[in-house]
Amino acid sequence: MITLLIKLASLLAVVLLLTAYLVLIERKLLGRFQLRYGPNRAGFHGLLQSFADGIKLLLKEDIVPAGADRFIFIYAPAIVAIVPLLLLAVIPFGDTSILMGKEIPMVIANLNVGVLYVLALSSLGVYGVILGGWAANSKYSLLGAIRATAQMISYELALGLSLVPVVMLAHSFSMVDIVNAQARYPFILVQPVAFIIFIISAMAEAKRLPFDLPEAENELMAGFHTEYSGMRFALFFLGEYINMIALGALVAVFFLGGWRGPLLPPVIWLLLKILLVPFLLIWTRATLPRLRYDQLMHFGWKFLVPVALLNIVFSGGIILWMGS
Amino acid sequence: MDGVLIMQGKSPSSGWQLFGAIKGLASSYWITLLHLFRKPITEQYPEFKRTLPARTRGKIILTRSPDGKERCVACYLCSGVCPVSCISMAAAESEDGRRYASWFRINFARCIFCGLCEEACPTLALQLTPEFEFCGTDILHFVYEKEDLLVAHGGKNSDYDFYKHCGIGANSEKGRRDNEKEPVNIRSNMP
Repeated sequence: MITLLIKLASLLAVVLLLTAYLVLIERKLLGRFQLRYGPNRAGFHGLLQSFADGIKLLLKEDIVPAGADRFIFIYAPAIVAIVPLLLLAVIPFGDTSILMGKEIPMVIANLNVGVLYVLALSSLGVYGVILGGWAANSKYSLLGAIRATAQMISYELALGLSLVPVVMLAHSFSMVDIVNAQARYPFILVQPVAFIIFIISAMAEAKRLPFDLPEAENELMAGFHTEYSGMRFALFFLGEYINMIALGALVAVFFLGGWRGPLLPPVIWLLLKILLVPFLLIWTRATLPRLRYDQLMHFGWKFLVPVALLNIVFSGGIILWMGS
Repeated sequence: MDGVLIMQGKSPSSGWQLFGAIKGLASSYWITLLHLFRKPITEQYPEFKRTLPARTRGKIILTRSPDGKERCVACYLCSGVCPVSCISMAAAESEDGRRYASWFRINFARCIFCGLCEEACPTLALQLTPEFEFCGTDILHFVYEKEDLLVAHGGKNSDYDFYKHCGIGANSEKGRRDNEKEPVNIRSNMP
């Protein structure tokens, strides 16, 4: 019980700190991509920027627009922030270690249906977005919420299908078993197509460029969170960045071998692998323009899903052929 | 490749399209990655201040002619042209007939630094300077009186002296001003 609490507390602390600094990392990196410096005034090289922003958001007035559905409006941001946090519960961050004669699994919950849990949670995240957009009683929010729903449903499918070959290779839905199955080589080497599909779907899941249609600053102000201010907006913001970390963790577990790696301790390896995906997302944000709505749906349903299905068929065939 | 095929009236095969798309994506990712390692072009303002051009439209001053007298003749043209009506004054006349402003006030809280007053000024008295760092929190500090606006130099054109060109009043000595010839005697000026 105590070990579980310690694990929970340390995971929460690390993830929230990482999130705070991910915002800074993103702004810094994006600045450098655009030949700027990014924030460098608050503290040494802007290291206190995240805290300054946090204090600012805390002190902002919390506005609930007239005509909004108060109850849903108030609780929708919580869903967005909680879902990716719950998702991190099944990420293994080390091998089972023995402390004082007791076996301590370095994972908060070793679910035997970890992959399904992950997929179910990422579907739940849509609720926060659509409820927030709906409850605000604003055209921009509603349009953003509709876009978000359509987009996330189309990419959910590709996301799930791209994980099927991974499960077939690992013979298990458990995240711990999937990492253990990658003891010899990471799955990215045998499943590059699934990896690419997963990354693209992850970009759409994270609502980031080129798939940031739900937020689309230049068309929809801020999309589904147009009417939010203060700490509720901060929760949406936090959720988006925790989601980036969670997706990074998923990529690390499914394709990059999780905490496995030479020389460095497992947690460091996991962190490095996790940060790879946010870097990719930031790099993409600096590179690609936003897709049009129909292009996005077309790409999701008519390209990613068929390719993912074909990938399953081929991988299944090869696994059968190798196994026999 | 795509362009050539389209010009020939053929649509490129889907294989070529996919190749072109991947090539386009890869090259744009490469370009942004190169930018990541270039030095930012940002000039970091409070530490680095670039020298602004002499004609930058900033804080307004009232200049003096080379002999040290005020150039302003209180003609009201600047306050008339000011789109936000931030300039006000009262005209007065000294004993020798020279006009001046008994008080002159610019409300910088309203000023939009458009420079129309400088263009309107016939005596080059009112000029805009490149100085712009005079922000504050008290709005009343932005009301500048004549004493705050007057400077001891001639600004952009320190040689110019309005009264040396036009004289003071109608009774001044003819032919003694700058670039002026002696008056012609109309009786002896026969062809």
